[in-house]
Amino acid sequence: MSPPLVEVIGLARHYRTGRGVLRALDGVDLSIEQGETLGLVGESGSGKSTLGRTLVGLQVPSLGKVRFDGQDTSLATGEVLRALRRRRQLVFQDPSGALNPRMTIGATLTEHLRVQGWSRSAARTRVPEVLEQAGLPAAFGPRYPHEISGGQRQRAVIARAISTDPDFIVADEPVSALDVSTRAQIINLLRSLQRARGLTMLFISHDLGVVAHTCRQVAVMYLGRIVELAPREALFAAPRHPYTAALLSAVPTADPVRERERSRIILAGETPDPSDPPSGCRFHPRCPLATEICARVDPPMHNVDTVHITACHHPDRVDSLTGRG
Amino acid sequence: MTALLEVENLSVAFGATRAVDGVSFTLAEGETLGLVGESGCGKSTTALALMRLLHNARLGGTALFGGRDLLAADEPAMRRIRGAEIGMIFQDPGTALHPLIRVGDQVAEVVRTHLGLGAAAARARALDLFQKVGIAAPEQRLRAYPHELSGGMCQRVMIAAAIACSPRLLLADEPTTALDVTVQAQILDLIRAVSRDAGSAVILITHDLGVVAGMTDRVAVMYAGRIVESAATDTLFARPSHPYTRGLLGSVPALDSGWDEDLATIPGSVQTAADTPGCRFAPRCPLASDICRESPALLETEPGHLVACWKPA
Repeated sequence: MSPPLVEVIGLARHYRTGRGVLRALDGVDLSIEQGETLGLVGESGSGKSTLGRTLVGLQVPSLGKVRFDGQDTSLATGEVLRALRRRRQLVFQDPSGALNPRMTIGATLTEHLRVQGWSRSAARTRVPEVLEQAGLPAAFGPRYPHEISGGQRQRAVIARAISTDPDFIVADEPVSALDVSTRAQIINLLRSLQRARGLTMLFISHDLGVVAHTCRQVAVMYLGRIVELAPREALFAAPRHPYTAALLSAVPTADPVRERERSRIILAGETPDPSDPPSGCRFHPRCPLATEICARVDPPMHNVDTVHITACHHPDRVDSLTGRG
Repeated sequence: MTALLEVENLSVAFGATRAVDGVSFTLAEGETLGLVGESGCGKSTTALALMRLLHNARLGGTALFGGRDLLAADEPAMRRIRGAEIGMIFQDPGTALHPLIRVGDQVAEVVRTHLGLGAAAARARALDLFQKVGIAAPEQRLRAYPHELSGGMCQRVMIAAAIACSPRLLLADEPTTALDVTVQAQILDLIRAVSRDAGSAVILITHDLGVVAGMTDRVAVMYAGRIVESAATDTLFARPSHPYTRGLLGSVPALDSGWDEDLATIPGSVQTAADTPGCRFAPRCPLASDICRESPALLETEPGHLVACWKPA
């Protein structure tokens, strides 16, 4: 088997703040195989965006390593570093904020390519190509961001990300700012790009339905850690972490009959302050399954079967929450 | 059932732009109505028009609330209605609360203004309300400023203020859009409980069809300033009839099915209310033909199910 394209070992990212050290990421291990799309879900403050930015090199880890194609990214310099930037790209949440309002879409894309070492003439032929691949008419090059719709702006941001022919894309909440009807178009575009190019992707979203439709493998984050990781079928059908079970039960479905019938796991309180995480398992103060050991001992990530990983002391009792136990 | 609110042919124009164009609906006592649509469809503008919180807007039509026309009432009358008979919950609790006033005082102000309570009695009532909306350590939280509270907690404070005078109608405009999903579940449960306890009717404005499915008795779907379909919630989800409603429902990614199929999409993007003649959805509609250049009326296709389409499914 070839090594994973992206590998993260013991990753931590700490920020000094007025109130102490904020541990945005606090010990993350992860690998993404070539051609795989990994979904990363979690609520605000869980560290998912920080993880995404670290994987494309926009953040430097405080501790731990990021390996890309077998290479320690912290050691890369010069040409190697330039190639790494070309090969790893980011699609932002808010397409309006991610595009310079004073530059045309074409100029933004050209600049991006020029910085990556493309000649002026090569960039000129490349821009209409990628616009088309992102589902925009080539005639959109001379337009400014405010002249096009939100969905079209997100297509422009995606065109920029794929223009350098990357191997790996981090898409950070790429559809959260979009309307429902536009959202589906962008999800379909990302799926087709992923299929056509064999792209490896980290897809960050707080929306589990969106993740289900884009990713075969899903990781759940809580307070700077990954708490569960599994193929989507296993994760959605039989979660092995109570936080995942609660997240799944909280998602409203567009079906009034099922909405009335199902029981929700309502969590007490809200996500604690990441500069002062709880002792033991970070989820224990909100966990309906917590016992004495949970307040004392930080549960390690471990396999419950060959493909399903959880950081919970009581993975077998999660079924009792979802009514399957 | 008696009607609490009867909105007839409501229109809202900003300059030459008609943001809301001929919206009619009724709301029974204690009923929960979902007003659904995408950005720019006029759903929030409808709510703000009913509360008379729009400036520089020309309003048309009538909105009878307990026999009075909200659109014709003078400002002193509206001041007695807002907050007392109609409570409002906004999308972003961070900006809807005054940042420099303690949250307890903001809730107390509502009951002092409308119920004429003295300072001590108002404070006691605020404490009651904080307990009712599930704020932990309510005594201390009364003295907190909004920035010291989380988004979910601020939303609880807003709900406390909105229900302070036991209003007959609650207007909730995207009350959980700014919140995380586990907190959203808590807040939706709370809105359900407080409206049931007080027997208040609710207009829930949202773009989220999942939220509508679980919360409402009836749904009205808006597109470009008009209601295009309305029905009992179960009927609308079981037999959506307008192509826009069908498209919206098809484009929601489900948690448990169709993972490997592409999502259904509605081509193009949302238009804001334009003065185009005819059906406003026609430019994006897969069924559009010549007749769609004329405006379809909102007509009953089965009892209680209204659709504005020449070719309803």
